[in-house]
Amino acid sequence: MGFRGPGHPAAFANKLTQSNMELTISIILGFMIIGAIYAIHARDLLSAVVAMGIVGYGLVVCFLLLKAPDLAIVQIVVETITLVIMVAVVLDSTREELKISLDRRAIVQVIAGLIVFAGLFYFFTLAIENLDPLGIHTMRMSETYVNGAVEKTGSINLVTGVLFDFRAYDTLGEAVILYIAALGVLTLLRIKGKK
Amino acid sequence: MIVKKVTPLLAGLIFLFGVYIVLHGHLTPGGGFAGGAIIAGAFILLILAYGSSALNLRKEVAGSSNTESVALLMVCILAIMGLLFGAKVFFFNFLPKGTPGELLSAGFIPLYNIFIGIEVAGAILTIFLALVIFKEESSK
Amino acid sequence: MTVYILCFVLFLVGLYGVFTRRNLIKIVISKSIMEFSIFLLLVLIGYIDTGLAPIVNPESPDQVYVDPLPQAMVLTAIVISLAVTAMLMATSIRLYRKYKTFDIREIKNLRA
Repeated sequence: MGFRGPGHPAAFANKLTQSNMELTISIILGFMIIGAIYAIHARDLLSAVVAMGIVGYGLVVCFLLLKAPDLAIVQIVVETITLVIMVAVVLDSTREELKISLDRRAIVQVIAGLIVFAGLFYFFTLAIENLDPLGIHTMRMSETYVNGAVEKTGSINLVTGVLFDFRAYDTLGEAVILYIAALGVLTLLRIKGKK
Repeated sequence: MIVKKVTPLLAGLIFLFGVYIVLHGHLTPGGGFAGGAIIAGAFILLILAYGSSALNLRKEVAGSSNTESVALLMVCILAIMGLLFGAKVFFFNFLPKGTPGELLSAGFIPLYNIFIGIEVAGAILTIFLALVIFKEESSK
Repeated sequence: MTVYILCFVLFLVGLYGVFTRRNLIKIVISKSIMEFSIFLLLVLIGYIDTGLAPIVNPESPDQVYVDPLPQAMVLTAIVISLAVTAMLMATSIRLYRKYKTFDIREIKNLRA
């Protein structure tokens, strides 16, 4: 019984050329930046948590546009679970005391912070000078993984083939990290039994 | 009242969808992590709908953490079995690979997907249950 | 190029939040925002213009696919970020029960 997956949009011509894709992702990133700035400065903690949801779900839309459906599924479920956990924690106290003090030390710190950010920005522009523009990718390292992948692993999902066959150690490490996190949460939130 | 009647049906459908994504991990996008998180989401929906006082939650957290530990142990056993047969390399793909595109192809990748899916679902469920038990037992 | 610079601006917004906020929940939110920006940067680097999603169609062997290697890395990173956020939330619940506040300066001063 053969199974042909429905994920082959073979007749779907790629309508988003390079400039359109860059514009679309820039607009979505603009919304994410506005949501992030509001999430940091919100006075109510519940509003801040919901504004983090804007950034998370905007990221899902970006992943779908960049043709990464595997990542979109994982990100949407993980973001929902994270939001549920954070709302369950925040519903005890939803107030933040905001102390605005504009003395001299604060202004010196803000100017020093701006200088550091400008320096980081300059080094970042130096670092991405040699990157190709969006949409052109030479795939120098991925050639060795992708070229014979279907024959070597037997799976037609390339991401799963890379994760579970060529790089199975990293997947084992990630499973162990999740296990240790569950163990840590169980240890931290332990109530002493009745004596 | 409506929530308590509709939620078991929805949670069952979500669980079935998660199992589908785990099993077809080598054919469609998805795989172990996405499917495991969806299965955990089905159980979290049940807990959120029925409230934390209606279930005996200490037994649940013992069950979920035991399941997660057993699944991680099976992953390690599968990896070591690759060491014994074949080319003496950890994680060697020793089962036969069928024709690509079938459900029973790709060596041991479907087995890996199943066990890692169970492990991820157990871990996320344990984290959530620990939080719920802490909130309930410290507000008595 | 503007997309990469906007990603870095989102990273700087998160970094600013980690440094200047006093509330524990705000610090966790800002750290999460920093991680999202890095995920987007990694997936943007591996995008090819006319490529399809990386599920191989066995009938057309000449198709160009989007790079699957950054997607595998980001998949691992998303799950690790969930684990770290869960641990931070457990720590902050414990601190709140003990000191009755989320403010890090008060917690530093109280020292019960």
